Amino acid sequence: MSHPPMPDADELACLDELIADLPPQADQLLPFLHRVQERLGHVSPAAMRFAAHAFNLSRADVYGVVTFYGDFREAPVGDTVVQLCMAEACQAVGARALAAHAEQRLGVPLGSSTADGTHHLEAVYCLGNCALGPSIRVKDAVHGRVSPSRFDTLLELRAIDRSRS
Amino acid sequence: MSTRVFIPNDTAARSMGADDVAHAIAVYGERMGLDLTIVRNGSRGAAWLEPLVEVETTAGRVGFGNVMPNEVDTLFVHGQVNLAHDRCLGTVESHPWFAAQQRITFRRAGVIDPLSLADYEQHGGLAGVRRALTLSAAEIVADITTSGLRGRGGAAFPAGIKWNTVRQATDTTKYIVCNADEGDSGTFADRLLIEADPYQLLEGMIIAGLAVGAERGYVYLRSEYPWAITVLREAVARAYAAGLLGTHVLGIGPRFDVEVRVGAGAYICGEETALLESLEGKRGVVRAKPPLPAMRGLFGRPTVINNVLTLAAATDVLAAGGARYAALGLDRSTGTMPFQLAGNIRCGGLVELPFGRSLRSVLDEFGGGSLSGRPLRAIQVGGPLGAYLPEHLWETPLAYESFSAVGAMLGHGGIVCFDDTVDMAEQAEFAMAFCAHESCGKCTPCRIGSTRGVEVIQRLRRREESRRQWQLLEELCETMEFGSLCALGGLTPLPVRSVMTHFAGDLLTPVGGTGQ
Repeated sequence: MSHPPMPDADELACLDELIADLPPQADQLLPFLHRVQERLGHVSPAAMRFAAHAFNLSRADVYGVVTFYGDFREAPVGDTVVQLCMAEACQAVGARALAAHAEQRLGVPLGSSTADGTHHLEAVYCLGNCALGPSIRVKDAVHGRVSPSRFDTLLELRAIDRSRS
Repeated sequence: MSTRVFIPNDTAARSMGADDVAHAIAVYGERMGLDLTIVRNGSRGAAWLEPLVEVETTAGRVGFGNVMPNEVDTLFVHGQVNLAHDRCLGTVESHPWFAAQQRITFRRAGVIDPLSLADYEQHGGLAGVRRALTLSAAEIVADITTSGLRGRGGAAFPAGIKWNTVRQATDTTKYIVCNADEGDSGTFADRLLIEADPYQLLEGMIIAGLAVGAERGYVYLRSEYPWAITVLREAVARAYAAGLLGTHVLGIGPRFDVEVRVGAGAYICGEETALLESLEGKRGVVRAKPPLPAMRGLFGRPTVINNVLTLAAATDVLAAGGARYAALGLDRSTGTMPFQLAGNIRCGGLVELPFGRSLRSVLDEFGGGSLSGRPLRAIQVGGPLGAYLPEHLWETPLAYESFSAVGAMLGHGGIVCFDDTVDMAEQAEFAMAFCAHESCGKCTPCRIGSTRGVEVIQRLRRREESRRQWQLLEELCETMEFGSLCALGGLTPLPVRSVMTHFAGDLLTPVGGTGQ
């Protein structure tokens, strides 16, 4: 692990804000990383260095935590994260075929972002919508009974939302 | 008088468009000058009917299943509910799918506004904690012990024993931890309860706190459930505002605080010791037991760690008394269990019944056959670590002991159905791949064994040296079962072995069908 950079002034201001109301205890590391991920989209090496200092942990400890959990990313990914539930209940109603369709439609395999940076496609193991699979999650919205054509519709609707905002 | 219209606000209903339906009904009511009050209730668990719209009438709540936004204007005729509508189910509670259940833990789910404490209390909430406040800690634990309540998270450990160990510990600081890291595919009961009736969980945690002398509780809730997180956080805030939580429980009790912590996408954190590590801010790596969390748990202190449904059930045990709860169920599987019908099934959802009904009778009475219309072939009960059952085992009673007697497990009550297009070799490979993906890495049988398991099954699927690979897989399963530190590595052989035992043909029949 090479020596990580210090956060730049903007990032530092943001990290200071995100940590402001958290007590400086090691058990607050996950809540802090969640905030960082939510605000900045990923946990940068500089943010990890910041967290290690703030919670009195080694950088290796923080790096170990960031890389252990599926939620945290070390680098930015495509803007719209599309999660496909690939667990058994969704498998039983066509999750594998839906994944193949999604990969073909977006032109990338599961676990990667499109070249234009608009989408990130990934597998997730259980969204808790097991009676209404296949399920996908886009931001905080879960969608059930997602056929390949409904998948296309949902993507197009989000494209419309983006062009409006 | 205003007519109340109920539109569920849970993840499942919203995944099928409930928000758009709610909006359409509000617009319709305004346009037609109807005096409608829209209540966003939780789900009753009939996922197959979502969005399930209910209109309050003098005869009860009349339901309409699978309502689409563009048809809400047909639910009413001249301002009255349209009973002749082809989606009309009549009064929901008399519908056979609901009437045949015995709802205890989920009796308020879908009935009340989840965040209304007044609703909660009006429907029997807080009776358990009120009674607990009149009892000694030992009496509360005795009631839990009498009830026979066992952990609903899957391991089925008697709650009374766990609580008593923590109660007797002499530390001044103790904790209650709610395991809401419901990661098993096919299970959604914890999510449904939190989204439909969150105060029940908080009440259960307070009771546990009174029973063992803990003043602080944590809910570890998985990040895959964003709506449950929102609802529970709001419920906690309102419980503080109402004095249910905080310095004096209900104004008379000791202090009790609850904090909601969010997981970060690691299945292993459903294992209790990995969950504790994660709560402490570390990698979710399994701890060796002993010491048990009841002796040395969160931050090294005595800790009650229970599943959402166990803590929720404690409210009814206290409200009705342990003996009444114990009267339900089969043998040592007392009380009720929410079974979750999922996968390739037409009428999927949550069905709460006393233990002991056969799997087949539950499928026949509630399932409505496969979603695809094809014959069902395999049913996985108990999540990714549970066995795949062939048809001749579907008569097995749904209870902890009867399931382990046939080499299966009930787990968290998830029932995932597969039709005859399923390739069981693919499912066996997935079981190993899932373990490899989710292993915390602490012990070798789980970390390495699962990867080797994927490779061996892939060779079997390619029909390479079938006999040798078969034997290798058997030995690997044994090593994982007896050598792993926790249930992830220790139980992954269960689904794999069930495929070897009951669906051997999928792993062994030569491609093309000629013998070899």
